[in-house]
Amino acid sequence: MTSHVILRVLLKLLIPVIMLFALYVQFHGDYGPGGGFQAGVIFGAGMILYALIFGLEPALRVFSPNVLRTLVAAGVMLYGGVGVATILFGGNFLDYDVLAHDPHHGQHLGILLVELGVGLTVAAVMATIFFTFAGRGRTDA
Amino acid sequence: MIEAVWALIGDDLPALQIAVPLLAATVCVLVRRPRAAWAVAMLVAWSAFANAAVILHRVLTTGTISYFEGGWPVPWGIELRIDLLNALVLLVVTGICAIVLLAAPRSLAAEVPEEKHYLFYAVYLLCMTGLAGMTVTGDAFNVFVFLEISSLSSYALISQGRTPRALTSAIQYLVMGTLGGTFILLGIGMLYMTTGTLNIVDLASRLAMVGPNRTVLVALACITVGTGIKLALFPLHIWLPNAYTYAPAVVTAFIAATATKVAYYVLVRFVYSIFQVSLAFEVNRLDAVLLPVSIAAMFAGSLVAIYQDDLKRMLAYSSLAQIGYMVLGLALANVNGLTGGLVHIFNHAIMKCGLFLVLAAVLLRTGSTRLSAFAGLGRRMPLTFAAFVVGGLSLIGVPLTVGFVSKWYLVLGALDAGLWPVAVLILASSLLAVVYVWRVVEVGWFAEPPADAPEVAEAPLGLLVPIWILIGATLFFGVFTSLSAGVASAAARMLIGGAA
Repeated sequence: MTSHVILRVLLKLLIPVIMLFALYVQFHGDYGPGGGFQAGVIFGAGMILYALIFGLEPALRVFSPNVLRTLVAAGVMLYGGVGVATILFGGNFLDYDVLAHDPHHGQHLGILLVELGVGLTVAAVMATIFFTFAGRGRTDA
Repeated sequence: MIEAVWALIGDDLPALQIAVPLLAATVCVLVRRPRAAWAVAMLVAWSAFANAAVILHRVLTTGTISYFEGGWPVPWGIELRIDLLNALVLLVVTGICAIVLLAAPRSLAAEVPEEKHYLFYAVYLLCMTGLAGMTVTGDAFNVFVFLEISSLSSYALISQGRTPRALTSAIQYLVMGTLGGTFILLGIGMLYMTTGTLNIVDLASRLAMVGPNRTVLVALACITVGTGIKLALFPLHIWLPNAYTYAPAVVTAFIAATATKVAYYVLVRFVYSIFQVSLAFEVNRLDAVLLPVSIAAMFAGSLVAIYQDDLKRMLAYSSLAQIGYMVLGLALANVNGLTGGLVHIFNHAIMKCGLFLVLAAVLLRTGSTRLSAFAGLGRRMPLTFAAFVVGGLSLIGVPLTVGFVSKWYLVLGALDAGLWPVAVLILASSLLAVVYVWRVVEVGWFAEPPADAPEVAEAPLGLLVPIWILIGATLFFGVFTSLSAGVASAAARMLIGGAA
């Protein structure tokens, strides 16, 4: 891990930018191209890039598999939870209108939360798949 | 309190049918303890079953239910639409999910490592989500999405089998299943191209206006081939025997009774609700393809089943034959024939699920599902073996069992269509079922177990209860047919009458 100096230095600069860009794609998805899936993929790619250059063990210390697995479930739960919440507020499943007093705000809030759920799950699934394959033959042989 | 909650969610049952299992799957991932995950899955599966029963009751009393996801009206939004046909299928799917779960802990303990159990239940619930979603949705593209959810999770479930062959058969199913899904997607894409809509009711009315053309024909062909792969129609069945044989026993019981049935439902829905009788049978002659193929399936499946040594594989091939009966009912295109096909969804699900659970019990006690493991089993596991005999009689189609009800309607349908040779062939193929069932009965009751065979106890209660619920149901619904055949024939009349 002493080689690849250029890559390591560059990536230390790039990874924060990649993750910030992921967040931009996530939260600007309401107005421009993007959304939860794309943001999740970009964020996941950032994690995978880190693991590729700095090694699997440091990456696993940062992104613990248990936390990732919880995030996989939490994202789906957020999505479905918004749906159930809209039912409890008296609307149809995923009818965001009822989430706020103004239906426009409700739509805005609903799509934001749902896309956040998608983003969480996609990022965590990408990283989990990578770590599962990369970890084969090391831990459980 | 309860009334207040009911007032809120009472109208949202179709959406909850999908959303609750999906959310429960994530809860299973989070709780991590096998018993707790099982408890969550049980609670959700049985409430889904109750939910499906309420929905069926509502459809029977007040007619078709239509639910707009997100409050967006059709044809722009996604509609959940439940009529008699899918209410019945939904009841079957959720019922089987719930009953198989009763047997899951005992049977899984012998086959799947304990630390994977919580994930198993999560994937099981995801599969249930997909199957319920395919059933209730009124949107053609949504069918494809839920098909993928159920398929991906069923590949994962099958790969949990004890032997490495489970992995290869899961991959084989993955390749074939993806091929099937792609064909279905292509077909839906062509329908969208012709009509500009994805809502099933809207599709039906617009297709009727467009009339026959080449794109519609290709769409029909793609959807028939795609669903044919998913439901394992005879020449497209190659994934099925391996998948059923090498999957864990409860997974086989679950998949055999649900996945192919829902695929059959999708085919019926597309053919009768979207293309409708005129376009599918009068213009494009779908029956000319499906009739010979289904008869070939009836015979090929039964003939191959006779020569199988592993009983799981034998029942898998018998499923091929039974799928042949269902597709035959579809291809006859008259009310009695379609009733036979639809009621066979219900009937075949309960009997085949019961039989596969019997094999799960035998596997648990003897460690094998080969024919030799059945030697003397009639005396050593009398209750389990008696269940196998009753299920086998139902496969043959003996009166007082559900198998008879299905075949009765199929024979009537064949006669209505003026195809008496087909009626004869239905009866002839039943004789083949006698052969493969009798082989097992003979070994179980009349063969002596080998001298060095270990002592075998009766199956545990955890398996006997679900087995006898299902086998009891094959007898009950063989006599009282108002729920199964009554709803099926009303659904068939609705579909053939042209009302979508």
